[in-house]
Amino acid sequence: MNWEPLILTFKLALVTTGLLLVLSIPLAYWLAYSRSRVKPVVETLVSMPLVLPPTVLGFYFLVAFSPGNVFGSWLEQWLGLQLVFSFQGLVLASILYSLPFMVHPIQSGLSGLSPSLKEASYVMGKSRLTTLWKVLLPNIRPSLLTGIVLAFAHTVGEFGVVLMIGGNIPGHTKVASIAIYDEVEALNYGAANFYSAVLFAITFCILLLVYLVNGGYVKRFWK
Amino acid sequence: MISCAIEKVLSAAGGEMKLHLELELKKGELITLYGESGAGKTSALRMLAGLLTPDRGRIVVGGHTWFDSEKNINLKPQQRNLGFVFQDYALFPHMTVRENLEYGARQGKDNALVSHLIEMVALGDLQNRKPDTLSGGQKQRVALARALVGKPELLLLDEPLSALDARIRSKLQDDILALHREFGLTTLLISHDLNQRQIQVYRTGLKD
Repeated sequence: MNWEPLILTFKLALVTTGLLLVLSIPLAYWLAYSRSRVKPVVETLVSMPLVLPPTVLGFYFLVAFSPGNVFGSWLEQWLGLQLVFSFQGLVLASILYSLPFMVHPIQSGLSGLSPSLKEASYVMGKSRLTTLWKVLLPNIRPSLLTGIVLAFAHTVGEFGVVLMIGGNIPGHTKVASIAIYDEVEALNYGAANFYSAVLFAITFCILLLVYLVNGGYVKRFWK
Repeated sequence: MISCAIEKVLSAAGGEMKLHLELELKKGELITLYGESGAGKTSALRMLAGLLTPDRGRIVVGGHTWFDSEKNINLKPQQRNLGFVFQDYALFPHMTVRENLEYGARQGKDNALVSHLIEMVALGDLQNRKPDTLSGGQKQRVALARALVGKPELLLLDEPLSALDARIRSKLQDDILALHREFGLTTLLISHDLNQRQIQVYRTGLKD
């Protein structure tokens, strides 16, 4: 059996989730506490991938990053980045596509904390960054876990965006979801079944783990 | 010496109301602000702490100007050396009692002071417990001790006694007085009293 598409899928999900976490914490912090007038607009943009067909996102990526365009050729000349039909392009598209799945849980976790926790830390002379790191984040661990897992699982399940911007290059952009489609087209139901079953089993286990940890079952059984 | 004269328009349940507060506190004094719920007591404390910005006025503490609307001075809460005990205690749930106190230190760890404060409020046996496992009165004592770790010039207490039953209340009152004396604090605490529509000031004669 060819494991390459599966390994590529999990590599993509891992890189995407890691970068998303770093990006989403400041964004969610701003969304949770800001009273800026542009906040509704930013909130809308963050949530767009929830309702937009993935192909729309993929299409605009393809247009924007194509080396035949001003922006695409600028990226290639100055940064040496080719984002169409490459792994880097997949990562960037996946980050935007899974953004709400990471930002929303962290944002609602932060909004759910009593404001006096933050204020108590400020009154003790602690900076915003120290407060975020030492007080706020440790108290929203379940939200962080939910965000990490949802973003990971959602990236594993990507299809439309990947197909549009990544194409179907073995070892570079051919992830498991694309490979399944490919094998079915070629009437190789056995291979399609192999990829599908592995994805099914792994995503089931990941989600089950979240519900066990956040539901307190793990703590209860380990005591 | 603390002098404060501030004004702020607050939006309360019954529409807008104007809060005007003038206070003079000598060093070492303990005063209580009385007033019914919604009279603006908590807002007054929050303005002293820098958590809420007054519309007009000035706050001067021991020669340092903390707030002056005319000179555009408004120190952040981090820059005002004060201790604040919140109505909901605001203990950090993921830290033990001792860790809560250690977090409150302003420069470096002062283990001797932390241990001393823990003994003062009789929490020695509970210092490794998380706040969730404590009773209301115990949480209040942790919050009180934590507010003093930073050696504040001014101690502000937001209704420290209202959620407690009579026996624990009098014990905590004794604790507050004992700490107030030992640390030479200037203390302002608020308490609700249904009979008074406006904020009243009550000074205790604390000089022995």
